[in-house]
Amino acid sequence: MAASTTTGDFKVIGTRPIRPDGVDKVTGRAKFGADYAFPGMLHGKVLRSPHAHAIIKSIKIDKALKLPGVKAIVTSKDLPDAENMLEQSGELTVNPMHLSMNILAHDKVLYDGHAIAAVAATSPHIAEEALRLIEVEYEVLPPVMTVEAATKPGAPILLKDLRNNEEGDKPTNVAQHYQFKRGDVAAGFKAADYVVEREFNTAMVHQGYIEPHNAVGIYNSDGQATIYCSTQGAFDVRSLSAHVLGMPVGKIKVVPAEIGGGFGGKTTIYLEPLSVLLSKKTGAPVKLVMSRAEVLRASGPTPGAKIKVKMGATRDGKLVAAEIWMAYQAGAFPGSPVAAGALCIIAPYTVENFQIDAYDVVVNRPKTASYRAPGTTQAAFASETVIDELAEKCGIDPIDFRIKNAVKEGAPQIMGPPFKRIGFIQTCEAIKNSAHYKSKLTGKFRGRGVASGFWFNAGMQSSAMVNIHTDGTASVVTGSPDIGGSRASMAMIAAEVLGLPVTDVRPITADTDSIGHTDVTAGSRVTFATGMAVYEAAKDAVRQLIERAAKVWEKKPDEVEFRDGILHAKGDGVPPISIKQLAPRFPRTGGPITGRASVNARGVGPGFATTVVDVEVDPDTGKVQILRCTIAQDAGKAIHPSYVEGQMQGGTAQGIGWALNEEYFYDDKGTLRNTGFLDYRIPTCLDLPMIETIIVEEPNPGHPLGVRGVGEVSIVPPVAAVANAIYRAVGVRMTQTPMSPPKLLKAILKHRGATTTQHSAAAD
Amino acid sequence: MSKKTLVEATINGETVEFLCEPRQSLLETLRDVLELTGSKEGCLTGDCGACTVLVEGRPVCSCLMLGVEAQGKNITTVEGLATNGVLSVLQNKFLEHAALQCGICTPGFLISAKSLLDRNPKPTEHDVRYALAGNLCRCTGYDKIVKAVLDAAAAIRSQGEGKAAAR
Repeated sequence: MAASTTTGDFKVIGTRPIRPDGVDKVTGRAKFGADYAFPGMLHGKVLRSPHAHAIIKSIKIDKALKLPGVKAIVTSKDLPDAENMLEQSGELTVNPMHLSMNILAHDKVLYDGHAIAAVAATSPHIAEEALRLIEVEYEVLPPVMTVEAATKPGAPILLKDLRNNEEGDKPTNVAQHYQFKRGDVAAGFKAADYVVEREFNTAMVHQGYIEPHNAVGIYNSDGQATIYCSTQGAFDVRSLSAHVLGMPVGKIKVVPAEIGGGFGGKTTIYLEPLSVLLSKKTGAPVKLVMSRAEVLRASGPTPGAKIKVKMGATRDGKLVAAEIWMAYQAGAFPGSPVAAGALCIIAPYTVENFQIDAYDVVVNRPKTASYRAPGTTQAAFASETVIDELAEKCGIDPIDFRIKNAVKEGAPQIMGPPFKRIGFIQTCEAIKNSAHYKSKLTGKFRGRGVASGFWFNAGMQSSAMVNIHTDGTASVVTGSPDIGGSRASMAMIAAEVLGLPVTDVRPITADTDSIGHTDVTAGSRVTFATGMAVYEAAKDAVRQLIERAAKVWEKKPDEVEFRDGILHAKGDGVPPISIKQLAPRFPRTGGPITGRASVNARGVGPGFATTVVDVEVDPDTGKVQILRCTIAQDAGKAIHPSYVEGQMQGGTAQGIGWALNEEYFYDDKGTLRNTGFLDYRIPTCLDLPMIETIIVEEPNPGHPLGVRGVGEVSIVPPVAAVANAIYRAVGVRMTQTPMSPPKLLKAILKHRGATTTQHSAAAD
Repeated sequence: MSKKTLVEATINGETVEFLCEPRQSLLETLRDVLELTGSKEGCLTGDCGACTVLVEGRPVCSCLMLGVEAQGKNITTVEGLATNGVLSVLQNKFLEHAALQCGICTPGFLISAKSLLDRNPKPTEHDVRYALAGNLCRCTGYDKIVKAVLDAAAAIRSQGEGKAAAR
């Protein structure tokens, strides 16, 4: 059920129309990346390392090339040198050399599944057979799988050129140390009546999108390349592929296909440059599609983390100090979201004294990519568990404890600048007043937990065009791949401004040649930033409509008013006309009307969420059943409430999977042992209850419609909420994920043992 | 590579003949030979259900069945759910309830849900969750999918009652 705390004066926004791409998706017509086929197309497959860490001594491809049907093989020798520097690409900081080394291993393989060579053949089966004929000689090195192993003295070094900001010219696996601090931490702890200190360990997990990565590359003899692929950012695929291929950006066109989930994992490139390289060598279109095992072994999961949190509170429940140490597994190359985690870990609370030290550490695992509020779910698991414990020590309801310490408008953010209007307390109060929280939870081994979360949300660059057709309907063109229903929102925003029914506005996602630069669909930014561009472009179209009507009426533009899709002449009795009536006059009043806007969106409004979850624990097996779950999230203005709820529910489900089941399971050789959905177990329909949603609408003052963005923060609270619920159910504080049956059972037995020992000691 | 086999099957009500290699899965045959790309590949191990089709009315992961095994079989894919361009009740309910986000799992869910409703016109929430447990969705948390299927069941029942009353 959705409850809004504010209502706007809107006709289209806030309603629930059927999504414009819906029919294609329920009939099987929607074209995803793997659905593309071209005459003469070849199929590619990638040879991947069976070792986590090894030097490549030689690669022999002669036998494979002789297999009938094999047309070309590429290795890193086919890649140009890429620069060892840092460049901003959308929300990513990219080192082109590392990117190139990840696309095809140069002289070393750095994780199980690291790409070594790619084959193009007349069928995917022949390409696969050819992989077995490629001979690679390795010198196997010891794998470095954890932060501890990577940072202990004498640890094998993954990247010989890696240096950090503190250790001078010393080779290291620590890519970066970030520190954020304020106040006097020692004095803060001195003032605390209660101090809780715990260490948390979370497993590496995957975004788990159902659609594997895919790309079709077509390289033409004139030097122009086209890539069809499922991506969150066509412009990023273009610029990143240009780096790896040594091609000018302008020579690459990227056509974004429908995308079958991404959650941050499809913000970078894997197959795209390979498809172009193979196409260049063969003269034919080449399609590559990953298997599920390849997705798990060699795309970009989110880091496992080690986090130590020490926090103090006074007896009356005021947080006074926090000391936090956190280290994230970046994977084979630097760039984990540990800094984001550090900036979010206590962001919902006013803590006057804190010090946060955060380390980005390379290990022999796949290079991590973004995953929904990158770096923050791990962090919140730690901080929100400690906060729950402090609330308990203070004897304060966990939601009241959060409200008491909650950041409000004007409170300084971790980096310093004050928050503008935010809705954190409103999410806490919405949960506190929910039917769920007010209900009584009864029964053995049952418990209720709450937790909250923060995410920045993002702005960045977007372009939009609004074309008015000859019949007075419109199309909206943006460069934002639609990953969760954003085309519906874009059409609704344009319809609202133009005063048209939403069914008269067709939204499309254009390729990189057909619309201005648009950054990646990430950071919960599309409805906010691309929505801002659409709003401005529609306003631009309205401005032109007014000029045209003025021309028709031989008046000045300021004598014409536009209301609800109708143009009115001020003053005298000229009958008003609709866009539909004006459209036939476009040719004689100046030609077609296209509204345009490009923004580098400022005014980002951060997102908060609070989640309550009821669990039942089977004390004999350690299995946790989710009984009930409710999330309250501040969306700013909810454009299409159904898809806002969908984001809240989807993120919550992913958080529950992260809490209970999901983990990358490596053996001691660094080989990933769970490379399919049977063993990498994401939640099924049977594992979850209905997920109740409460949309809080605290308008973002930085957006013309009050939008904040809703894609990410929902994943942040559930892991901690589940842990807190488990504690109330069976009395154990889980400090690791996943809280899977074997791990929870072990903790329960240990706890029971400790309790029994205490009892028998008392009996003696 | 072994020689191709000629297979005859009924797909979405039409008799079709096609050639396929013995090693090609039904999914690969549907997608690459017959150009019915509505059935999706998510895992190729029968875990995700995105490739689910009806074979003789039963839901099957088409990635786990060979193309040659389709010989003589009656198969329904997502492309066969609408009738003469008119969406089925289930398809409409998925749209009304916003029961899809990215849409990659939707064809499989529609087929599994159809199979459930064909067998059980009055399912409980648990029946729906049980029947759809072989289909993975990572976007929605399943909430709106389950509601869409329950609502479709109710709509189909009331249609039936309407028809009965009209008689």
